[in-house]
Amino acid sequence: MLRILHNTNFDFIKQWRKAVVALVIFIAPALVLIPLSGFTYSIEFTGGTRMQVKFNETVETAAVRAALESSGHADAEIATFGSVEENEYIIRAQEAQHVAAQAAGAETVAQDIERSLRAAFGEESFRVVDSEVVGPRVGSELRQKATIAMLIAFGLTLVYLAWRFESRFAVAAVLATVHDLVATFAFMKYLDIEISLFVVGSILTVIGYSMNDKVVVFDRVRENLKLHRKLPLYELLNRSVNETLPRTVMTGSTTLACLLALLVFGGTVIRPFAWILTFGIIIGTFSSIYVASPLLLWIERKWPRTSDASPHARAAAAARNA
Amino acid sequence: MSNLKSRLLLIAAMIIASVWALFPRTVVERVQRDGVFVHDTIRRVPLKRGLDLQGGMHLTLEVDESKQAVTNVSDALDRALTVVRTRIDEFGVAEPIVQKVGETRITVELPGIDDRERATAVVQRSAVLRFQITDETQALERAIPRLDGIVKERGLLARAANANADTAPSALGSLFQNPTDSAAGDSAGTSPDGPFRRLIQQGNMPGQYMVAARDVPEIERYLADSAVRTALPPGKEVRWGADSVMLGAQVFKPLYVLDVRPIIDGTFLLDAKPAQDPLEGAKVDFQFNNAGGQRFRTETARHIGDNMAIVLDDRVMTAPVIQSAIGARGQITMGGNDLQAATDLALVLRAGALPVPLKVVEARTIGASLGEDAIRQGLSAGALGIGLVILIMIVYYRFSGFLAVCGLAFYVLVTLAILAGFGATLTLPGLAGFVLSIGMAVDANFLIFERIREELEVGKTTRLAIDQGFNHAWSAIVDTHVTTALTAAILYQFGTGPVRGFAVALLAGLAASLVSAIFVVRTLFILWLSRAKPSQTLSI
Repeated sequence: MLRILHNTNFDFIKQWRKAVVALVIFIAPALVLIPLSGFTYSIEFTGGTRMQVKFNETVETAAVRAALESSGHADAEIATFGSVEENEYIIRAQEAQHVAAQAAGAETVAQDIERSLRAAFGEESFRVVDSEVVGPRVGSELRQKATIAMLIAFGLTLVYLAWRFESRFAVAAVLATVHDLVATFAFMKYLDIEISLFVVGSILTVIGYSMNDKVVVFDRVRENLKLHRKLPLYELLNRSVNETLPRTVMTGSTTLACLLALLVFGGTVIRPFAWILTFGIIIGTFSSIYVASPLLLWIERKWPRTSDASPHARAAAAARNA
Repeated sequence: MSNLKSRLLLIAAMIIASVWALFPRTVVERVQRDGVFVHDTIRRVPLKRGLDLQGGMHLTLEVDESKQAVTNVSDALDRALTVVRTRIDEFGVAEPIVQKVGETRITVELPGIDDRERATAVVQRSAVLRFQITDETQALERAIPRLDGIVKERGLLARAANANADTAPSALGSLFQNPTDSAAGDSAGTSPDGPFRRLIQQGNMPGQYMVAARDVPEIERYLADSAVRTALPPGKEVRWGADSVMLGAQVFKPLYVLDVRPIIDGTFLLDAKPAQDPLEGAKVDFQFNNAGGQRFRTETARHIGDNMAIVLDDRVMTAPVIQSAIGARGQITMGGNDLQAATDLALVLRAGALPVPLKVVEARTIGASLGEDAIRQGLSAGALGIGLVILIMIVYYRFSGFLAVCGLAFYVLVTLAILAGFGATLTLPGLAGFVLSIGMAVDANFLIFERIREELEVGKTTRLAIDQGFNHAWSAIVDTHVTTALTAAILYQFGTGPVRGFAVALLAGLAASLVSAIFVVRTLFILWLSRAKPSQTLSI
């Protein structure tokens, strides 16, 4: 029988100070950076025009810029896409004035750009591989909806866990997941990942996965609370984390294996998604071990349960036996 | 044993149902033939590909209030939706999706198209509604010999004969076709079974003809020819109906011959409302302005007993009979209790009366090559992901791992079947979600197997350990699935297009994973137990 991390007896909770220090070191720079420079948002959120253009022959970035200047889109952002030999460019016109110009008719900026490129390089010199035009109102609505979706996700899980476990378990699980979320945002800031709809989807997936992990550990805590009534909570939590450790690590690593596949083959569209999830799963596993249980312990100590906390305990027991 | 048998039967039933759901089937679909779209039956695997996987264009439209305020935005949007839908053929794509999103927007998805300017022009053109009398004089009947002659002279038939060879025999063809038809087809243009004669059948009202859906492109090709057009009866025009009709097993498209001069047009129309009448059933009440009312009265008085075609954007929506002279207020009875039909027709009338200016608030085109890349990448990633998971499971859990891999195969099959069954569209994020969920699907197996190991360790028998392993892991499995499902449901609720695809794939995966882990894998264990010797130890 091949086993990893079998019958371990690590004192994870004792490490909480080190965990906090590591987290502060990781998150603090982002807490300074994010208010200073914020995130970059994709066209979907800001409104604007994005075009991916493939030229038949090699074209200098400067020449593309000159062409755009002639049509009055000087501050559009120009970036090469893929390797240089592919002659592919991404043009973004995302600044306020572009968005305003577009509000009249969503298409105009894209048409301007296309026309100026045709004028500069010839009718058949390129083709538009991909383009996206988003009005300003659509963008701001989406941003609002994304925020609301995340808050609802937390709210609903909080209610579900409070019903299945106890409210203090729910609070600890949600706080640990909020921690994962903050760390994921910091990670995105460091890698300068642009926030797109797809990225919001992956953040919500991280929330789901991380919550999953906490539920498994707390499920064991719930069970051990019934089995070992005499055991101090500190030991009980440690024991539960240790007992679920093989599963935590195995699930984490198979999921990471799938994400590795996406990172290798997924292509440019999927890659940011795969990066965020990879980080999210690592940090989620970390916080299941080092953050969630110390938080629960801290809550228990701050607001000790009365000796007869049975309504909750009974409800939990009933749920288990069902 | 009987318990095991019924479990195995249930699994077999689920597998058969899934395979059936994924089996290539014959569906009626709009397909492109000779540049024209017709309804036809084709065979394909019932998994739809999203825009990002096949390339195409996505438009989001809003009512444009910049020039004048629109009082009832929701109704304006319904009218615009009707108009855009009648123009569906003009987009030049096989499966366009036109739908209302929320109360203020319409999205249009055009797979495989990249001519943005043309598509937006089609969408934004304002609607034209006309009332035209259908032909009473058999004008087309009389013109057909001449038309057949022209078709043959101009060599339009050569391709047509070939095209017919593989589409024959149609139900309609057999009506008009004699057994020696293909031999006789080469003879002179005066042949009694020329192309028009053969493909066009009298409908059930004057001036209405029926063309089998598969022959529509051919007739369109003839009608597009300038010589054919000039030979059409003078003062008449030919227009297609908006809807196809099923006659027996075949789909027909009505073709109308109409007076060119409309008796009135939509600009005189004030309003149209559906209503339910206890005696006459569902009907549409409509109202003209004063000038329109006068004109309509004289015109309808002249045409009592004739059919009046209601034509929106050159498509005949319906052609009721004029019962009596109608003034400013009139009604169209639907002949039955179909209130939905009345609502739709009222919408058509309002759409023509009150054109809705639309603006494009979002436009996205995705190159077809990007879609091909995405599919290839998705498949590679999926294959690698599954390979790695199988490796991990079998190396770590040996025989039990093999059982889990069987469960995983079941999971993949059922997830795809659920997606196909709900008509979900497979998108790039959906593919990513699917690959990701493979990793998560085995989580339930880890929970169970680790539990079985623990039970074995405290000295329980194999049978008891398996039993309790499953029972004890149960609560954690349910809780993890529910919490993830909650997040997925929120994603679905808030997301549009691609994010929704991801959420749907995730939800389908969760359902399949739950069944796979707690039912299929458990049954495999029971099966193993029923065969194993009492002393045999479990390889886990």
